[in-house]
Amino acid sequence: MNHTIVALVEDKPGVLNRVASLFRRRAFNIESLTVGHTEQPGVSRMTIVVDSDDVSIERLIAYLYKLVNVIQVEDLTHVPRVTRDLAMIKVSATPENRTHIMQTVDVFRARIVDVTNTSFIIEITGDEEKIEGFVEVLRPLGIIEMVRTGVVAMARGGAPLYVNGNGNGNGVHAAHYAS
Amino acid sequence: MKLTGAQILWETLVREGVEVVFGYPGGANLPIYDAMLDYPVRHVLTRHEQGAAHMADGYARASGRVGVAMATSGPGATNLVTGIATAMMDSSPVVFITGQVASRFIGFDAFQETDVTGITLPITKHNYLVTRTEEIGPTLREAFYIARTGRPGPVLVDIAKDAQQNAIEWEYNGGPIKMRGYRPDLRPGTRQIQQALEMIAAAKRPLILAGQGVLLSNAMSELREFAERANIPVAMTLLGIGCFPATHPLNLGMMGMHGEAWVNHAIQEADLLLAFGMRFDDRVTGNVNTYARNARKIHIDIDPAEINKNIKVDLGLVGDLRDTLRQILEHLEPQEHTDWLAHITEMKGDSAVRDVQNLPPDGHLYAAHVIHDLWRTTGGNVLVTTDVGQHQMWSAQYFKQDHPHMWITSGGLGTMGFGLPSAIGAKIARPDQEVWTIVGDGGFQMTQAELSTAAQENVKVNVAIINNGFLGMVRQWQEFFYERRYAATPMRSPDFVKIAEAHGLTGLRVTTREEVIPAIQRAGRTEGTVVIDFRVEQEDSVYPMVPTGADLHNMIRRPVPNRIVETAQDEI
Ligand SMILES: Cc1cc2nc3c(=O)[nH]c(=O)nc-3n(C[C@H](O)[C@H](O)[C@H](O)COP(=O)(O)OP(=O)(O)OC[C@H]3O[C@@H](n4cnc5c(N)ncnc54)[C@H](O)[C@@H]3O)c2cc1C
Ligand SMILES: Cc1ncc(C[n+]2csc(CCOP(=O)(O)OP(=O)(O)O)c2C)c(N)n1
Repeated sequence: MNHTIVALVEDKPGVLNRVASLFRRRAFNIESLTVGHTEQPGVSRMTIVVDSDDVSIERLIAYLYKLVNVIQVEDLTHVPRVTRDLAMIKVSATPENRTHIMQTVDVFRARIVDVTNTSFIIEITGDEEKIEGFVEVLRPLGIIEMVRTGVVAMARGGAPLYVNGNGNGNGVHAAHYAS
Repeated sequence: MKLTGAQILWETLVREGVEVVFGYPGGANLPIYDAMLDYPVRHVLTRHEQGAAHMADGYARASGRVGVAMATSGPGATNLVTGIATAMMDSSPVVFITGQVASRFIGFDAFQETDVTGITLPITKHNYLVTRTEEIGPTLREAFYIARTGRPGPVLVDIAKDAQQNAIEWEYNGGPIKMRGYRPDLRPGTRQIQQALEMIAAAKRPLILAGQGVLLSNAMSELREFAERANIPVAMTLLGIGCFPATHPLNLGMMGMHGEAWVNHAIQEADLLLAFGMRFDDRVTGNVNTYARNARKIHIDIDPAEINKNIKVDLGLVGDLRDTLRQILEHLEPQEHTDWLAHITEMKGDSAVRDVQNLPPDGHLYAAHVIHDLWRTTGGNVLVTTDVGQHQMWSAQYFKQDHPHMWITSGGLGTMGFGLPSAIGAKIARPDQEVWTIVGDGGFQMTQAELSTAAQENVKVNVAIINNGFLGMVRQWQEFFYERRYAATPMRSPDFVKIAEAHGLTGLRVTTREEVIPAIQRAGRTEGTVVIDFRVEQEDSVYPMVPTGADLHNMIRRPVPNRIVETAQDEI
């Protein structure tokens, strides 16, 4: 099943390569990986969606902690969370289907961000399911091009990251560590 | 103080306590070499960068300190790669320093440019590319810190040539090292310690599996205290050898693929396994699905990623082994396991009576004879390094190491060519210690050029070549699993005596059992390195053997009519 992992990493040269290389070497398949800045200077946040079972994920998290630049890793799969993905979809727009497309965009609460005589670029944000649903509806109308950012995720509620995950921010799954 | 990057490098190394570096110069590290002459550091010029890497590794394993190896960019750095991977697999603390092309050329396929940090990313604990002089000092301090703390390992620092050359105002900063993502100091909680104590108290057939972690955490006396107080027998991994005295009554010997039969049976029959600083390598477990099915398992390891990696355990304690054992020892109650120990002794008995030493001479010279006699003649007080293959396994079985840090071998990577250079490194670390390397005729030839280094550096290591005219371990697999089709395993070697002499060293040849002890004694008396070419039985095999992936208890035993047998158990 898909697991959503969040990793806080030091913003150092090559750190993305280290993480990606680890997944390849340890034979885990990345479904999606996003990286960007956080509220803390010098710290980047990765959201990684990986298809794997729970036992392997525990191992993967331990491997991630072996990377010197990795500060904290949490598996948000089993906690209440908000996940978002953004897609831009270029569709061909003809006089006949323009209105239909615009109605569909409304229904999905997407936005048209570029218009020409023959095309629209539509922007949509949401969880993966919503985006996939939207893409399915658009497909028969003629998708010219599509890009997706990949998933970002955050646990619901007021607490910071480590409170929500399985671990304790110390590189060890809670089961083996001092309590 | 205005210093060049190269000077800052040596200032930092000297403050890290570095006395020896092993290496090879070239265009991209010339500034480092030039500055070296002004610092109190011994440089050992090797004949190949792989040799430098293994020497630094051998130095580290023999001394417990961080080893240092250097190379130039491009081919110099890529020649280190096998040595880096060897150190990584066996958790050896080595800092590798490579020269890189000047920063403005990086990425342009400049002369002798290779992406060394890219190449070594998966085979280092961490690595750095340094392009600014300011970063050299702090980066090297981090590198040493990472290499020696937590689970030790190799760290590579690749330094652009212009960063070595530029001069800056510099003061040494010896303040604490801060790395947000690096926490080498985990420890188990009291609840886990309590749980471990309860499991130990409940066990009827407990067994300790002692690995290299015992040596890395210097937990030898704690292990002994633990085993003696609770009367629990100890089995060792290949890399754990020496962490518990071989001649101790509670010692069982080596476990795993070429472990003693009674050890593997004891593992399969145990009701509690105490894994101390070992990582359940596949050569240790055999088929994981049938491994120690009756046993509950406690695993103590400093690396959280090792817990539940290969073998699912009932209790994982993450922390330094010595600290953790001390916490357990505070409450550990004395125990007896008379029936269990008697049962294991009984299993041993059947093998002991058939020991090679108890058989009448048949005119053949076996590797087991040579290694047994080396152990006996030297009183076992010898630091032994090995190469990889059959001779390595026989050395593990027949050389009864009683002392820690006296046994150095490439376990995880199984790197042929490791024996001679690691012995040179070990001897340089411990000049007063007699050092032997036991090698095969194949592996010796991979790094035999380092004899020249030994000669130039006046380093005395004795070399026992177990010469069977084959790539023996591979030939054994061909015999067992490929119908004796000996593809590419017969090997013709040069005259090793003359090779030694060509280096100004002493070469001896031994073809009969009678000549073994005199040759060993002569090697001990002779000044300088002595190479002994032991011409042993060609088609001998290592027993017992658990074929790859087979159940641990399903070993191939020596066929009955054969003359030498599978056990190293010897009357002491
Ligand atoms: C031809 C050949 C045959 C082999 N056959 C066998 C065989 O029959 N039997 C056998 O045992 N091996 C055999 N090996 C070796 C095998 O491949 C492994 O290298 C070996 O089993 C590893 O031993 P280890 O787990 O003790 O050491 P390592 O691989 O070095 O692991 C050490 C463990 O200790 C932990 N550690 C480090 N420091 C500390 C600390 N301070 N506190 C706590 N834990 C710490 C580490 O995290 C790691 O998990 C063979 C190798 C070759 C080349
Ligand atoms: C660098 C390298 N290449 C290949 C191997 C595969 N290998 C393992 S043991 C062995 C045979 C070693 O032969 P030799 O050095 O003569 O020692 P012996 O087994 O005869 O004692 C080989 C080729 C290896 N371990 N390392």
